[in-house]
Amino acid sequence: MFFAIIIWLITLVSVVLTVGKYWWLPELASEHGVALDRQFMLTLVVTGIIFVLAQVALGYLVMRYKDRPGRTADYSHGNDKLEVVWTLATAVVFFALVIPGQSIWASLHLNPPTEDVVRIEVTGQQFSWNIRYPGADGKFGQLKPELTDDSGGNALGLDPDDPASSDDLVVPVMAVPVNRNIELMLRSKDVTHAFFVRELRIKQDAVPGMTIPLRFKPSKIGHYEVACAELCGLGHHKMRSTIQILSDEDYASWLKDQAEE
Amino acid sequence: MATTIAPSPVEIELEDLGRGGGGIPNLGWEGPGGPGEGAKGISDNRYRTGMWAALAGILMFFTAFVSAYVVRKGLSNDWIPTSLPSLVWFNTLLLLASSLTLERSRHVLSDNSRFSRWWLLTTVLGAAFLVGQVVVWRQLIGDGVYVSSNPSSSFFYVLTGAHGVHLSGGVFALGFLLFRNRQDPFGSVNRTPIDVVAIYWHFMDGLWISLLLFLFFWR
Amino acid sequence: MGEAVQAHSVHEAPAGFIRKYIFSYDHKVIGIQYYMLALFSVFLGMTLSVLVRLNLAWPGTEVPILGTIFPEGAPDGVMTPEFYLSMLTMHGTIMVFFVLTTAPQSGFGNYFLPIQIGADDMAFPTLNMLSFWVTFLSLVVMVAAFFVQGGAPISGWTAYPPLSALGQIAGTGLGTGQSLWILSIAIFCIASMLGAINFIVTTIDMRAEGMSMMRLPLTCWAWFVTAILGLLAFGVLLAAGVLLLLDRHAGTSFFIPGGLVVSDQLIDHKGGSPLLWQHLFWFFGHPEVYIAILPGMGAASHILSTFCRKPIFGYKAMVYAIMGIGFCSFLVWGHHMFMSGMSPYTAIVFSLTTTAVAVPSAIKTFNWLGTLWGARIQFTTAMLWALGFVSLFVTGGISGLFLNQPAVDVYLHDTYFVVAHFHMIMGVAAIFGIFGGTYYWFPKMFGRMLNETWGKIHFWITFVGVYAIFMPMHFLGFAGHPRRYAELTSFEFLEPLAAVQKYISMFAFTTIAAQFIFLAIFFWALFRGKKADINPWKATTIEWSVPTPPPHDNFGGEFPVVHRGPYEYSVPGAAEDFVPQTAPDVATAKS
Repeated sequence: MFFAIIIWLITLVSVVLTVGKYWWLPELASEHGVALDRQFMLTLVVTGIIFVLAQVALGYLVMRYKDRPGRTADYSHGNDKLEVVWTLATAVVFFALVIPGQSIWASLHLNPPTEDVVRIEVTGQQFSWNIRYPGADGKFGQLKPELTDDSGGNALGLDPDDPASSDDLVVPVMAVPVNRNIELMLRSKDVTHAFFVRELRIKQDAVPGMTIPLRFKPSKIGHYEVACAELCGLGHHKMRSTIQILSDEDYASWLKDQAEE
Repeated sequence: MATTIAPSPVEIELEDLGRGGGGIPNLGWEGPGGPGEGAKGISDNRYRTGMWAALAGILMFFTAFVSAYVVRKGLSNDWIPTSLPSLVWFNTLLLLASSLTLERSRHVLSDNSRFSRWWLLTTVLGAAFLVGQVVVWRQLIGDGVYVSSNPSSSFFYVLTGAHGVHLSGGVFALGFLLFRNRQDPFGSVNRTPIDVVAIYWHFMDGLWISLLLFLFFWR
Repeated sequence: MGEAVQAHSVHEAPAGFIRKYIFSYDHKVIGIQYYMLALFSVFLGMTLSVLVRLNLAWPGTEVPILGTIFPEGAPDGVMTPEFYLSMLTMHGTIMVFFVLTTAPQSGFGNYFLPIQIGADDMAFPTLNMLSFWVTFLSLVVMVAAFFVQGGAPISGWTAYPPLSALGQIAGTGLGTGQSLWILSIAIFCIASMLGAINFIVTTIDMRAEGMSMMRLPLTCWAWFVTAILGLLAFGVLLAAGVLLLLDRHAGTSFFIPGGLVVSDQLIDHKGGSPLLWQHLFWFFGHPEVYIAILPGMGAASHILSTFCRKPIFGYKAMVYAIMGIGFCSFLVWGHHMFMSGMSPYTAIVFSLTTTAVAVPSAIKTFNWLGTLWGARIQFTTAMLWALGFVSLFVTGGISGLFLNQPAVDVYLHDTYFVVAHFHMIMGVAAIFGIFGGTYYWFPKMFGRMLNETWGKIHFWITFVGVYAIFMPMHFLGFAGHPRRYAELTSFEFLEPLAAVQKYISMFAFTTIAAQFIFLAIFFWALFRGKKADINPWKATTIEWSVPTPPPHDNFGGEFPVVHRGPYEYSVPGAAEDFVPQTAPDVATAKS
């Protein structure tokens, strides 16, 4: 009896705290996030139902079949037909949940970038982010690791001899125009980091030796925090940056202001 | 007995995936007698099973290195093939010969003096292989090819080194059994250690051939 | 009949303290040694978690002892971020390897596998002893990492390069501490593989007459499949460890790419792949977590059947499920790498294989519920732990359904949601399996009963406590709280979550405190507990038919003969509500 009550209480509290959304995903700011959130909710509902049913059943069975004088247990080794039925049912439910969601993943990673994509390079290092804009020529300048000099203001090792470098803009914070396809080229200088923006529902490891694209389309104007989501050393917890989603005009003037500084 | 126990319906229902009446291993481990006893005899099952299990684990260890090799080679453009010193082929012949002599020794197990001579030859050939491998390493170092020179050479050292370590264990076992044979001769009745070490040795031989061919063709 | 027929591996009964209790070949002693190693390790691991939770809830607190023992990591008793990360790393490492991979398998398995199959010892008693002492050596090397210059590593139990490969330049503890860590793990791999060989050969070759595979208790099936997983997986981790050590000390570049600049210093390596480590590690790592849970599932089935006075529902299905889980566990490792930069196509494949492995796990749950249906449930403490296991296994398992979808994992990866998931399933459910096994088998191992009343108190505090600790972590994950953060002050979005961290810590301290009740129960019972009958639970499997504690060769020279399956409870027409596996078949006298 006691067992059933405790389990049901735990179930109830868990459901209430979940449904109440006391600690929840922040407000959505990207296009793919709509489908992602929907899939998240679907998963939550399905797992929630399984959770409640299983815990309620467990409590019920424990209560109902408590040993009492005069009782005999049911001498049964099982039911093969039932095994087949619930195996199939489980497989159907699980795969029906998981397979459709793959299209969201595909839209994020398997579609090539559009012609008008805004390409920005993001390089993580212990313990900060370096955001590089290609400038007016639209070309990223050559990087040479041996030229890296953090204190000297060349965190990325930009090669001054490359003409494409001269208009490159390297800043610690980011801005992007709203409703445009954005492609972040993620890199790292030292160890593996990860670029994570909650509101945009984006996350991707930044692996040294690789350049990994991360594509999204911001749908709301706003100002959000960027966190590192892969253990990178003793400053992992303070690897913070910000990303502003701006209108086209504001974005253009932001770029101009940053270049002037 | 006054009380009765009904035969369990379970016994009739369940398939017996076990071995016959369950778990009774082959006879022949303890003294003469039992079916199948002949000149060859039968080894104690559990040592064979144990050896195959160990080899499965060892195989996974090498498989990990080989897949790391494939991945690493495919990933970057800094791979410079390591040319295999020709001594490596001669060493392989030594190892192959040792497998042959090992089989010969097992074949003449009933004649202990012939057995121990072939077994000794096997041990010597195995040790010669190891010495030859060390010479190969020295040759590479002489050419300035170290473990850190290039990913290709790194893997060469890792694969040959790991194999060498395992083969040293084999040579040690061969020598140890040679020593044991002097005190308590092996024969058709008492042959389990011989058979089990033979499985290990042939596996190491086969593993070496596979690794060598891999290193050669997947340069 | 008897010795001449069955394989026989026991050594002569030992004399003298050293031979009996230190360097013993007896699987029972070795099993207890592993259990004690795990018991020590779990309290060490819990101490580390206390420090972790303390830092998260009340950062900047002065803990004077800490300042004395670790003047580098906690100057004036205040934990530095690198110290926090090293505590976290060692907590995970010690718990996963020295608790969850030892107690359920090498502890209980060593003690009970031979007896449950009717053998007089493991197939290779000397190898068994070696396995334990090599494990012990591994623990010594691991603990040594705390005391070298720079302290323990800070790269997590997953030790991803380049962080773990670059040495001290990438952070404190990544020098000697990391090297000792890798060495310890390599030694552990060898010990585990040796132990696995023993379990496999024993199960295949040492079963008594009449003990076919399909009459094995589910504990034996679990130990058997777990051993196969261990044999095949640990070899890969060993290889990865060798390559990482070479990268660190021999100048190779298996995992370290070129062009790295760490703190303005150019690193002289090129071409390696951090992803290669992840593939190798997780190829081991995923089977490893099933190694941690399968024995617990076996124990849960075993205990449930005993205290339901009913055969396990769907024995065959349970066996297939164990085999299915074992096999599939090798096909899913990429679900730890969805965000790693690996090919998105590969991610989809791994997502599907992971969904597949969830199915047999669900089947087991149905069968546990089916066992409870129509039962006569006896609420012993062991039963409570088994019931708790079922509840927690469901909770921990279904959070996996979020994480195995790459799209959803985009948000939840590396957040506290993941921490919640693996703690629920490993740090709680698997531990409940160990506790259940302890309360169930203690009478047979030590000849005394654990106090049921205090045991229940221990259970209830722990059961409610673990839900209170780890449920909120799911919510932290929903809010996007990243994991492995030493401080929560750098981000605005973390501010409202700090209160939750405090509550979690308070629940954690309470629950951890309750584990001292267990220690008290355990050691009190060892010396003053009520003497146990040979079969206090009226159970059917062979361990309950041997004396308590069993003689050196388990059966006093007379091997048992098995006549029926392992869970013959409440057989209609039988004199009692259980029929032991070895009870002779007697023709029914005409009624």
